[in-house]
Amino acid sequence: MNDHDAPIHEKNSHEFPIHETLGDSLAQQGISRRAFLKFCTAMASLMALPPGTATAIAEALVKAKRPSVIWLSFQECTGCTESLTRSYSPTLENMIFNMISLDYHHTLQAASGYGAEKSREDAMKNFFGKYLLVVDGSIPMNNGGVYSTIAGRTNLDLLHEVAKGAAAIIAVGTCASFGGIPNAKPNPTGAVAVSDIIKDKPIINISGCPPIPAVITGVLAHYLTFGGLPELDDLGRPKSFYGETIHDRCYRRPFYDQGKFAKTFDDEGARNGWCLFELGCKGPVTHNACATTKWNGGTSFPIESGHGCLGCSEPHFWDAGSFYSALSMPASPLKYVAGAAVAGAAAGVAVSIGNRIKKGTAKSAHQKATIEDLEK
Amino acid sequence: MKPQTIPIYTQTEADYSVGNIRALLTEIAARLERLANDGTSASIDLNSLPFAPGEYERLRHALGKGEVSAHIEAIGPSEITETRYPGVWWVTHYNVEGDIVADMLEITTAPEILSSQPDDIRSGLALLHIQLKEEVQQ
Repeated sequence: MNDHDAPIHEKNSHEFPIHETLGDSLAQQGISRRAFLKFCTAMASLMALPPGTATAIAEALVKAKRPSVIWLSFQECTGCTESLTRSYSPTLENMIFNMISLDYHHTLQAASGYGAEKSREDAMKNFFGKYLLVVDGSIPMNNGGVYSTIAGRTNLDLLHEVAKGAAAIIAVGTCASFGGIPNAKPNPTGAVAVSDIIKDKPIINISGCPPIPAVITGVLAHYLTFGGLPELDDLGRPKSFYGETIHDRCYRRPFYDQGKFAKTFDDEGARNGWCLFELGCKGPVTHNACATTKWNGGTSFPIESGHGCLGCSEPHFWDAGSFYSALSMPASPLKYVAGAAVAGAAAGVAVSIGNRIKKGTAKSAHQKATIEDLEK
Repeated sequence: MKPQTIPIYTQTEADYSVGNIRALLTEIAARLERLANDGTSASIDLNSLPFAPGEYERLRHALGKGEVSAHIEAIGPSEITETRYPGVWWVTHYNVEGDIVADMLEITTAPEILSSQPDDIRSGLALLHIQLKEEVQQ
């Protein structure tokens, strides 16, 4: 136990003292090691790690200390928290009481007013340099940031203060990661992402509108298991979840390769489950885990329900043109053409051929084909 | 209402396939060959695979059920079934709400989750000693 633990431990009303390891708290609850191994198998699956790593995760997690987490909700719709509270694996209760110490979250906490702000201040003081800061929502910058305030303080002010003592920052949702919908034109509040303001802390972006709940918990589990942040892509997102595009993992991909496209939402192609590329699917340029992790406890994902991907985990997805216009030159930022049918018809044949050529090259060089390559 | 209780049934027409099942069965065969030759175990995480509607059910049908099935109650149920191909086990873990939290194919002689864990053995032994003590006192 270190010096920082004592004060909050005394005031902490959680069933398990904050300084204990996860293993201690599980043992106290009478959870067997077999049950824990099962839990770790689920975590390995969540984190997209090889299934055989469950035992190693169990060994690491059992010694892990529960980190203090401060969750700040800024200019947002609470969709990200809604997503997390519907996380099915592990349950939120498990996560809060066993994996982390959620010391401030103004939607979920029982405390209000001064008491709520005091718990945040206590956690910041007692775990300075060690706590995790989770942010959902963008930060308005215009007119001194007056468009969104908590306890009379602007989001900008609060972010600067809390970020100072954070070990790392997790930006949950597209708003916190890239500015999201508040940042969409004409952006009246001057909304920006966390990474536009904080430059001296490790930031991990868990984008999506909302993000997949399992991805939020998976990143927290990774932090606990390995004591650090996972490997990130060039937009600061964990590669284990955002390393591939929706298109790469889509079960309709073989139809794309064959040039079989639905032309309208009720034609024969749509009924046969053909590729939705020509109907504006942004799967080829969208990095996320929807196609495999899926939604609602693994029930389905938008493409499985017959609608193209909107690209919600990419920057500026809201300003990138119609959701129903086919991609023309898929690169970041997203670009589209108005004539979906024309672009689609050309893409259907050309893409299929180009794709095969590139796939052969990539295979021999052990490299992934990029979207730019696919669309050449 | 839970997603599983919504009365929607996936279409499993024989002619609807994007080829995932054949690919997966080929991988299982390759891994089973290694198990047979040098005892190397392997796992396939089914949650990470892009199944088309109905393909999951077709995989179940293709692998079938073998001689062994086991049920574990540990923070929710787990179902462990040896398929009709000895050495290929289907392991499904549920949470207490009944949602699937992990779904794997294990190519091994027996899944590790079935074995008694050393820590559990030790704490069980301690309990047994306490019980023995009480028996002696009576």
